[in-house]
Amino acid sequence: MEVKLLTEHYHRPEYRKLSGYKLYGGYQVLAKALQMEPKTIIEEVKASGLRGRGGAGFPTGMKWGFLPSNHEPRYLLCNADEGEPGTFKDRLMMEKAPHQLIEGMIISAYAIGSQKSYIYVRGEYFDSIRILREALAEAYKAGLLGKKILGSNFSHDMDVYSGAGAYICGEETGMISSLEGLKGQPKLKPPFPALQGYLKKPTIVNNVETLAAVVPIVRDGAKVYRQNGTEKSPGTKLFSVSGNVVRPGNYEVPLGLPLKELIFGICGGLKPGRKLKAVIPGGSSAPVLTAEEALRAHLDYESLAQMGTMLGSGAVIVIDDSHCMVDLLGVIAHFYHHESCGQCTPCREGTGWIDKILHSILSGQGRLQDIHLLERVSEHMMGKTICALSDAAAMPVLSFVNKFREEFEFYVREGRSKVRGVSHAQM
Amino acid sequence: MAEANIQNKNNLFQLSPEGKEFVQGELSRYENKYSAIIPCLYRCQKENQGWVSPACIRYLSQIMEIPEAHIWEVAKFYTMFNKEPVGRLHIQVCCNISCALNGGRELADHLCQTYSLNAGEVSSDGMLTISRVECLGSCGTAPMMQINESYHENLNPEKAEQIINELRAKYGS
Repeated sequence: MEVKLLTEHYHRPEYRKLSGYKLYGGYQVLAKALQMEPKTIIEEVKASGLRGRGGAGFPTGMKWGFLPSNHEPRYLLCNADEGEPGTFKDRLMMEKAPHQLIEGMIISAYAIGSQKSYIYVRGEYFDSIRILREALAEAYKAGLLGKKILGSNFSHDMDVYSGAGAYICGEETGMISSLEGLKGQPKLKPPFPALQGYLKKPTIVNNVETLAAVVPIVRDGAKVYRQNGTEKSPGTKLFSVSGNVVRPGNYEVPLGLPLKELIFGICGGLKPGRKLKAVIPGGSSAPVLTAEEALRAHLDYESLAQMGTMLGSGAVIVIDDSHCMVDLLGVIAHFYHHESCGQCTPCREGTGWIDKILHSILSGQGRLQDIHLLERVSEHMMGKTICALSDAAAMPVLSFVNKFREEFEFYVREGRSKVRGVSHAQM
Repeated sequence: MAEANIQNKNNLFQLSPEGKEFVQGELSRYENKYSAIIPCLYRCQKENQGWVSPACIRYLSQIMEIPEAHIWEVAKFYTMFNKEPVGRLHIQVCCNISCALNGGRELADHLCQTYSLNAGEVSSDGMLTISRVECLGSCGTAPMMQINESYHENLNPEKAEQIINELRAKYGS
């Protein structure tokens, strides 16, 4: 069952414009927030249990609480560098409701005492960037941004920054490097961005959906927000469903919804004659679930963690029985190799090795020990690098091989795919 | 156009007066001028037939007063800066997982065959380049391709060809 807390008005074309957004209560929450103490807003967000919607799921209020309590300048960065394969929800939010994001950002900036924010959008999202720039111009003209917002003592400036095609810039310190005009390479933590971020100033980086969710939380209060979702994963979340379902798309549902209901109810199930084979529940870096596991999974942070996988960005990739898992892992491995920033040896070399080994298996040249080698290389990539890309590359390998070992062994033994009957070289 | 590009490799590059104004604006827009590199590289790429040539970097280095090596470093890190010439229509077909589950790779192969091009190559008339690319965030509408700044979604081979042919006629005239 869908619950449209954030997406209620997304079908209305006028919602994209300031005038249309205002028709449905737009910027009334900002007016309310500006009457509140910043501390009260932070407490409300903490109480709501809102967790980062970009992938890591870190509690938002707690993140804000890490900022130093002095009056040093601080920055708010909106992470709109949506790049986790399978994820397309932030693009929807920016294109359908740019003012919702901007309102959420102004409220958040007020709460944390920030005078300046950036929305870092992935470069390929030309439409999102254009729409956000138009919306910012409207907001400035209406006195919603700039000096003394809505007659209050709070001033804030906001700008849109276009990335240029690098998955790693979705990692918060990579994004900061990129915004600083450097290669988008992540930085060692600590110090965490809340203490030393953009230009070494305290910086909060939050995902698009996280910042938008601040609007209903401040409007209705934490208690009402908690009416959806589970105790530990409160609220709603947008899930981007792709792959082999009848109705792929973005759906906002309460956290904790059975995955089965999302796939077979909301998305209309699989194409006729096809059987569910596997589901990647949280973007391509999340460990894969077998069909049997998927049917008993629930979409909240805790239950997916218990199953050894993660909610991630909410990108549900559905795989039917016409697909070869060796082939698909090849696609994923190639991606991480391409996107490794090259800074840390285990990641730079490990992603390369995995890509090469899989390529050799897929061309029918694999040896049985290669499967073991894939696992060993992956194990040595976990937890050994500056950022999580290395882990993100290793987790799919370990889960694919572990859960579909028979397909990998068949491929190596026979030199061809068990599902497709041929190898890549024969295609 | 191919000739112009070769010339460009050795020759000087200069932005238009509007482009120069843009660079000056970007230099003062951010807290630190290095942040202006990405926007200015985009601008050069736009004014240099879709790619960032060594001459572009040299030029930016001079007007931004930032070492050439640093601008190279940034340009090379990001995939959206083309370091080689591309066709006027840069067709990027997503081959990542959600598209792969819906025939994205087959679509890329089909287009390469149809237009007799290898991935990444520029057609002899300078019109087309077809690239296989990673996830573009259009996974619910797979398979898809990006042509210059626009997304084209829910494709099949016929539909993709039709879009390309129409654009080719439009851009070619």
